[in-house]
Amino acid sequence: MSGELAQFLLSGLTVGSIYALVALGFAIIYNASHVINFAQGEFVMIGGMAAVWLLAAGLPLALAGLGAVALAALIGLALARFAVQPARGASVVTLIIITIGAAILLRGLASIVWDKRIHALPAFSGDAPIAVAGATIAPQSLWVIGVTALIVCALWWFFNRTLTGKAILAVSHNRLAAQLVGISVRRVLLVSFALSAALGALAGILIAPITFTSWDVGVMLGLKGFAAAILGGMGSGPGAVVGGLVLGLLESLGAGYVSSAYKDAIAFIVMLAVLVLMPGGLLGARAAERV
Amino acid sequence: MSLLRAEGLAKEFGGVRAVEALDFEIRAGQVFSIIGPNGAGKTTLLNLLTGIYRPSAGRLWLEGRALAARAPHEFAAAGIGRTFQNLQIFFNMSALENVMAGRHLHERCSLAAALLRAPQLARAERECRRLAAELLAFVGLEASIDAAADALPYGALKRLEIARALAGEPRLLLLDEPAAGLNPSEIREMDALIQRLAARGITIALVEHNMKLVMDVSDHVLVLDYGRKLAEGAPDAVRSDPRVIEAYLGAGD
Amino acid sequence: MRGLLALAAVVLLAPLALANNYHYEIAILAGLNAIVCVGLNLLIGYAGQISLGHAGFFGIGAYGTAILAARYGWPPLASLAAATAAAALLAWLVGRPILRLRGHYLAMATLGLGIIISIVITTEDRYTGGPDGMSVPPLALAGAALAGERAWYWLVGSLLLATVWLSLNLIDSPVGRALRALHGSEVAAEVAGIDSARHKLLAFVLSAGIAGLAGALTAHYAGFITPGKVTFLHSIELVVMVVFGGMASTFGAVVGATVLTALPQLLTVFKEYEMVVFGGVMMLTMIFMPKGLVPTLAALAGRRR
Repeated sequence: MSGELAQFLLSGLTVGSIYALVALGFAIIYNASHVINFAQGEFVMIGGMAAVWLLAAGLPLALAGLGAVALAALIGLALARFAVQPARGASVVTLIIITIGAAILLRGLASIVWDKRIHALPAFSGDAPIAVAGATIAPQSLWVIGVTALIVCALWWFFNRTLTGKAILAVSHNRLAAQLVGISVRRVLLVSFALSAALGALAGILIAPITFTSWDVGVMLGLKGFAAAILGGMGSGPGAVVGGLVLGLLESLGAGYVSSAYKDAIAFIVMLAVLVLMPGGLLGARAAERV
Repeated sequence: MSLLRAEGLAKEFGGVRAVEALDFEIRAGQVFSIIGPNGAGKTTLLNLLTGIYRPSAGRLWLEGRALAARAPHEFAAAGIGRTFQNLQIFFNMSALENVMAGRHLHERCSLAAALLRAPQLARAERECRRLAAELLAFVGLEASIDAAADALPYGALKRLEIARALAGEPRLLLLDEPAAGLNPSEIREMDALIQRLAARGITIALVEHNMKLVMDVSDHVLVLDYGRKLAEGAPDAVRSDPRVIEAYLGAGD
Repeated sequence: MRGLLALAAVVLLAPLALANNYHYEIAILAGLNAIVCVGLNLLIGYAGQISLGHAGFFGIGAYGTAILAARYGWPPLASLAAATAAAALLAWLVGRPILRLRGHYLAMATLGLGIIISIVITTEDRYTGGPDGMSVPPLALAGAALAGERAWYWLVGSLLLATVWLSLNLIDSPVGRALRALHGSEVAAEVAGIDSARHKLLAFVLSAGIAGLAGALTAHYAGFITPGKVTFLHSIELVVMVVFGGMASTFGAVVGATVLTALPQLLTVFKEYEMVVFGGVMMLTMIFMPKGLVPTLAALAGRRR
């Protein structure tokens, strides 16, 4: 394998892992409530920026990271409790505008509470590049890919082996039936938002040493994470992971071999193509017949 | 004269055969009822006849010509109208506008004429309004002409759907459980309405669970069970057919 | 028609309240946004579809006229017409496959389209001037350049009235009923003989063309255009204006556009908090007043709309 190709593949897997985490966040919330959370990208931003802020305040990196994740989870809870819950049953347009409004609000708050400058987190274990298959990879990339893999396993265990996780899945399959067996749909909504926010924040912290962070880094990451979720199949957990990785690879290879100027457009071209040709995505259900 | 003929009609959903090997013929001017236990495929059949589902197999002939329609609006243009079991009223419009919308196939209106409010459009609109009001009166809703659709009670909405379907001047009118959810006096009114429609010469195909209504209005009955034809014939013959009785397990009157 | 007369009166009399060029500028921008929103309302409020990418069509209109007039020397009226047609044409080409989608999927497809347009505009800087934008020659009618806030005010005002008039006519016609039926119940509309795909496309193309026209006018008015007007955020602002004012209400769209154009101007005092307030307004409106301002007020006033 040529060194160049290996380089593209590695960077594609790295950024793809981030897309996978963001897409998982979308999938979890969508499954629990059929809401597309346009504020998902802002959780990524909060993760990175809050970690920077806590670090600057004197906390060690690990605690700063945990604090940032916790903060994001709290904000996710607040979003669910005060914005999404009151609008239960509203139309698609209404819910979309609410979460977009929340995203704008959070971004505005970030620019005020923190600032509009670009910040970086220190790499978790140094910057010395490691040689792999003719390419070099920054240790942080290994952290990104490794932690993502761990998280995916942890989530699999959560959804299949714990009661709370199964409750969330139950609600996504059949809301009424879940309520009838005593599952609190309200709590499921809150947990899913908190969990998604935590995932997003984690992604933000992981990537901040590589691509830096700032008040508006959430917009593109959120939208591309969304494209990944659609690619993999909206509402499918495994789909989110697959979609994220595939999108990351496509973006990296496309930028490397086709056009680097249009790198950002790749995600949206892929998303449009999927929606028009294969709306269910790679792993999603085939489109159901109309009744 | 044969109005609608189906031959070998079938619809499969991933292994489930909702309708299978269905042959039947609806003659012009008939009131043709389709009955059967729940899950027998009655609504699937209606969906096939209006283009909402595409058949997995089989052919349809309308007035002797093969029905080449693909999308539902093409089936409507061919002359098939329908009401829905789960009301599909346009709740964002008034009762009159619902019926006027049903008249779409008979309105010729270019985009330019619509945007610029051409004079001939004003005349056409008045005519459309008049016809719609007439239809509302025919189904017994003359008092509700200006009412918003979302303000009408359930029974009125069922009749509104029929008025809307009639506005398209269909050659074949499909009624999907017109009596569902109605109280006995409303059912008697629906019975009378269907008889009035039949008296006007409109060919009606009726999916219904209410046996009294079916026996009262029908000229011909088709019984479905598990997507296949179980029996067909005159109402009395079908009612006393042992296979039909067995399928229904004594349900009926 | 009473509403149209009332709007005409407002347009005629508003200059009495406009004290300086800055006020005129806000009025003109509000008018241009209102034009876009009346068109977008046909798509969202009446046909019941959604578009999160209409800033893309606005941008095609703006950059189309800018490039043709500035780089190729076209007369501004011709470049304006061509740019508007280009926006409508793109909508026509892309509309068929996209409009087969519903709900969230349609929203995301239009979003993707808008962003792709915005990326192309920002990247092809040889034609568009890239992130820094490009200057646009003034609009010239019969040789005389249209300049000055007052002239533009009357142009935009009359175009707004014309757009509202066309929209009201359309809604009250068989075509309008078909669109509304489509929104009420797509399957019932089809069964009544309404070609839903064709009508959705019609609403999409019409609203895209109107957005393109407004974009082109904005470019000539400002004398300058940047990609900042072709962003996802701008698409969202347009949708919020429509929804805030009241969907399925042409005047609601005008009110929504006017209020939400003027509001940020008032908020420049709180420049830093602008986003916070805008986001907050969006959320609160949708949670407590989902029908929109005009219908909610009308209901409060006891009348039926």
